[in-house]
Amino acid sequence: MDFSSLSPVAMIVLLIGAATPILLAAIGELVVEKSGVLNLGVEGMMIIGAVCGFIVAVNTDSPMLGLVGAAVGGAVVSMVFAFLTQYLLSNQVATGLALTLFGLGLAALMGSAYNGIRPPRMPRLEVEGLTDLPVVGRLFFSHDPVIYGSLALVFAVWFFLNRTRAGLVLRACGENHEAAHSLGYNVQLIRFGAIMFGGACAGLGGAYVSLVRVPQWTEGMTAGVGWIALAIVVFAAWKPWRVILGAYMFGGITILQLSLQALGISISGAYLSMTPYIVTIVVLVIMSADRKKVSLNAPACLGKSFHASH
Amino acid sequence: MKFTKTLAAAAMGLAFAGGAIAGSHGAPVKAGFIYIGPVGDLGWTYEHDQGRLAVEAAMGDGVETSYVESVPEGADAERVMSQMARSGVDIIFTTSFGYMDPTIAAAENFPDVKFEHATGYKRADNVSTYSARFYEGRYVIGEIAGAMTETNKIGYIASFPIPEVVRGINAAYLAAKSVNPDVEFKVVWVYTWFDPGKEADAANALIEQGVDVIMQHTDSPAAMTIAEEKGVYAFGQATDMVNFGPNAQLTAIIDNWGPYYVDRVQAVADGTWESTDTWDGIGAGMVEIAPLSDKIPADVAARAQATIAAIASGEMHPFTGPINKQDGSVWLAEGEVADDGTLAGMNFYIEGVEGDLPN
Repeated sequence: MDFSSLSPVAMIVLLIGAATPILLAAIGELVVEKSGVLNLGVEGMMIIGAVCGFIVAVNTDSPMLGLVGAAVGGAVVSMVFAFLTQYLLSNQVATGLALTLFGLGLAALMGSAYNGIRPPRMPRLEVEGLTDLPVVGRLFFSHDPVIYGSLALVFAVWFFLNRTRAGLVLRACGENHEAAHSLGYNVQLIRFGAIMFGGACAGLGGAYVSLVRVPQWTEGMTAGVGWIALAIVVFAAWKPWRVILGAYMFGGITILQLSLQALGISISGAYLSMTPYIVTIVVLVIMSADRKKVSLNAPACLGKSFHASH
Repeated sequence: MKFTKTLAAAAMGLAFAGGAIAGSHGAPVKAGFIYIGPVGDLGWTYEHDQGRLAVEAAMGDGVETSYVESVPEGADAERVMSQMARSGVDIIFTTSFGYMDPTIAAAENFPDVKFEHATGYKRADNVSTYSARFYEGRYVIGEIAGAMTETNKIGYIASFPIPEVVRGINAAYLAAKSVNPDVEFKVVWVYTWFDPGKEADAANALIEQGVDVIMQHTDSPAAMTIAEEKGVYAFGQATDMVNFGPNAQLTAIIDNWGPYYVDRVQAVADGTWESTDTWDGIGAGMVEIAPLSDKIPADVAARAQATIAAIASGEMHPFTGPINKQDGSVWLAEGEVADDGTLAGMNFYIEGVEGDLPN
């Protein structure tokens, strides 16, 4: 079999594209979970972001404004979840699932007039002399701004959570909301903010699908990426850097199996298609085998409602 | 209403939000449709919904239609069908191959409800099957693809290894080979009908391998969008996708279900419905070929038109021998034409197609 035509550089460029929506949604959800809230509505917020980003980009002819619209759309829809779970103390799991269903339906409604339209193209980085370099140029200096932005965002989240006082307070809410409350922090408000940040990130991830990865709008186009993002957060053991690892690995296996098939390698496609999910499950099992380790990493108040009166 | 239905469908088909309002006396026929993807997929499901709308247009007050979209294949599908049957629907169209067993099971429980299953092969007294001879369309576009490729590499994004898809690959390959002996097919199985992200990734992976014409047997226009972006050619699937690829689309295979749906629902209204097996193609108008792109040279276009005419008139059958199976054994002798039974259950590649067919 001829492997020579399998270009690792081309594959890496593709895998980054496949991984970026997962990365964006997962890093947002990580912050939400660090504050002690489990929002299963990632898929719903992503699809809302995908449609809002698309609508704004088409109407303003600016992909950048589209991203802003997506972040706003994702954040706004997440506020529904935040209000219900933080102030009306509804069950987070049920509300999150409802948010996904609500998002899918609302996005279909909003996007019905935008079928068959092509959005403005997202510009790619071009640096004189650098982008043209062999291998390195294509690997590091040829992507769209969202990819660089997503990596910067991971760094920013890491810095915020581990090196700032505000990050410490947010983590305190996730670890022990009673204690955070007794120290005078407004747990509900902090969580509200974290949920909105998560919504904005999920929205960006969705817009990356509708504006860059598949520049078009079709109903339900995120096709389950939000659920993968949720799994990646656990996979990453709530550590920002590992989210990159998880997202890129998932994207990488997806692209590898498609590329191998395009190359004509005869491995059963069914197994290859399963691989990303199997690897994720295996890692989750390995991680959860050591219960102590998991409980060390998982925010202690994850998924628990907080009411200030008791 | 559509919004409610999307919700219901997304709830893994646990709930059915019926759109039909119960009629009093002289009740109109109620027709229900079950879709594998969203109506807005602009592909397979979109065309079935166009068929539903054609029924409404043709029968007016004589019919009430409802649909549930994005219903997963498997046990959930049967639940949705049962819900629909219980809500008083007279005829249910189940529009994906994977609904076959659920349809048969639901039909056993509801003997008074008529079922119409698309692209399957299991029938019962109250279950008809219907499909279109898409392979005729595939033959036409395969011929165009073979003539248009410069790298001699044609990419094929395939969904699941079922006879319907395998038949399409074989027909397209046969046609491409007939006009271009050097042509090579690269088949990528994505194991989904609808996942625009994955379909786009598959298209990109194929283009990286030097493919300059892409065919697809998946439901979204994602591959067409990528083809347009990367400057390669592609074919619309199930519906005209020219909006997504004004430069990329060479032509499209269009599914036209409207006339059949009108016939069948009318038959229920008239009390003449019987279990049948329908398999119509270009000749009957169930398969249409979109206008050919002006990127296609005149001689290639003329040959394509001649092929369309010959297939429509029945003068030509895409699967006419000599054709060998992939392993070199004889399938059809010189001049022999494939019978419908073999075509319906086709589970082998023909000679020349590379790679193993997944089970």
